[in-house]
Amino acid sequence: MITATGALFICFNGILWREYLRFIQQKGRFIAALVRPLVWLFIFAAGFRSILGVSIIPPYETYVLYEEYITPGLIAMILLFSGMQNSLSMVYDREMGSMRILLASPMPRWFLLSSRLLSSAVISLFQVYLFLLIAWLWDVRPPLLGYILILPALLLSGLMLGAIGLFLSSVVRQLENFSGVMNFVIFPMFFTSSALYPLWRLKESSIVLYNIAYLNPFTQAVELIRFALYGELNSVALLSVIGTTVFFLTLSFWSYNPAKKTFLRIK
Amino acid sequence: MINTERNRPQTETTYALDITDVCHHYGNIKALADIDLKIQNGEFMILLGPNGAGKTTLFSLITRLHQQSSGEVHINGFNLSKNPQRALAQLGVVFQQRSLDLDLTVEQNLKYSATLYGLSHKQRQHALDLELERVKMQPYKDACVRSLSGGQARRVEIARALMSNPKLLILDEATIGLDVSSRELLLRHVRSLCQQGKLAVLWTTHLIDEVEAEDSVTILKKGRIISRGKAYELAASRDLEKIRKAIEVLVT
Repeated sequence: MITATGALFICFNGILWREYLRFIQQKGRFIAALVRPLVWLFIFAAGFRSILGVSIIPPYETYVLYEEYITPGLIAMILLFSGMQNSLSMVYDREMGSMRILLASPMPRWFLLSSRLLSSAVISLFQVYLFLLIAWLWDVRPPLLGYILILPALLLSGLMLGAIGLFLSSVVRQLENFSGVMNFVIFPMFFTSSALYPLWRLKESSIVLYNIAYLNPFTQAVELIRFALYGELNSVALLSVIGTTVFFLTLSFWSYNPAKKTFLRIK
Repeated sequence: MINTERNRPQTETTYALDITDVCHHYGNIKALADIDLKIQNGEFMILLGPNGAGKTTLFSLITRLHQQSSGEVHINGFNLSKNPQRALAQLGVVFQQRSLDLDLTVEQNLKYSATLYGLSHKQRQHALDLELERVKMQPYKDACVRSLSGGQARRVEIARALMSNPKLLILDEATIGLDVSSRELLLRHVRSLCQQGKLAVLWTTHLIDEVEAEDSVTILKKGRIISRGKAYELAASRDLEKIRKAIEVLVT
């Protein structure tokens, strides 16, 4: 006799296994997810190294090369694209019908949605660590301990970005509309953040832009990862990432609730 | 979650499906009104209605994709609103739209689905072999779903729906898009499942020629049940010898 907890564990494993199968089948998706940040690291960072000088700011204890500065931002970029890819996959599953099999199963809906999110975050870890390995070969070498300490920060940030994507998947009804929404979300989030330049530089240009960037949850994810990579904890970023995750997860659970009529265009 | 007898409400008669006074609205549009429907264990029931009658809406209420505006749905004695996990564990579903993952193999699809019901590795393997054998799809176990014909994919969906050993199987227009011989094969298979054990079946269709004289038939029209009974009784009540003609009169 399988206990309820055992059944939940089996269910989560099943969802993770399916995500893994889909991931290894979509080699193009994997390569694209890796090439994108590498282009930024190899080309953009090299080109802008001399223009965009970075002063000594926490968590760095000395001057760092621009490549090193943008590495946490590029890690967060991988998670951002992965989260959006997951939500695209949810919309695709809804269009193709396999979402109904998930939602009509005898597991709590919040658990099913959370499992999808967590599975996606776990799968994106492979991409992040492969990126970190290549970055290491490119002479971006944070402390070794950072590679372990970054893990919870990656999972949390992955969950937060996935939760935003999950909410979007519940309000976007058609696959065709989703690419537009992704561009509308991904690029503003990425460029108004501390991924490419420190916030104090933005403050020099525009206080309004600085405030927007500071409030941007993606900035907080980048900073959480940046600090964790250097063995430090950024409490503000941690609380912000947790708060944003809870907020969007709650909204998503609400949207996917069968009693609500927001997610009811299941064919 | 595998079927269990624990916590089952003790009622005088436990129906495989018991729908009481169900209404459903989409905004101001009333999709279903005053639906009462009961299916006994081992019964094969056809829910017949023209396109737009509300069959798929009723189907999505039974699978809890939507929640009814009012009324109650019990599956094998479990209240779907109050105890959805237990209720849905009693249910096997074949949706109108194909719902297999096209890029996975037959085996991967079935095993994935079985994990959603909490079946252990051993239970999954046993159910997989048993159900694929029953629908004669064992040779296609390693085939990618994309390479299957419509009829084969439907059989795989039926095998998937039965893996958790449900008490009630519901199929929404399962024969749509299939040729005549595939339709007959599928219908015959589902009828035989019903005759073999205590599986109850709700077969939703708009195709009158899928009805046989002994079938329990419920006719849905404009969101309301307008008639029900054995097919031959419906024909008699209309004073028509041909069942097909009688039902045509009722449906149109």
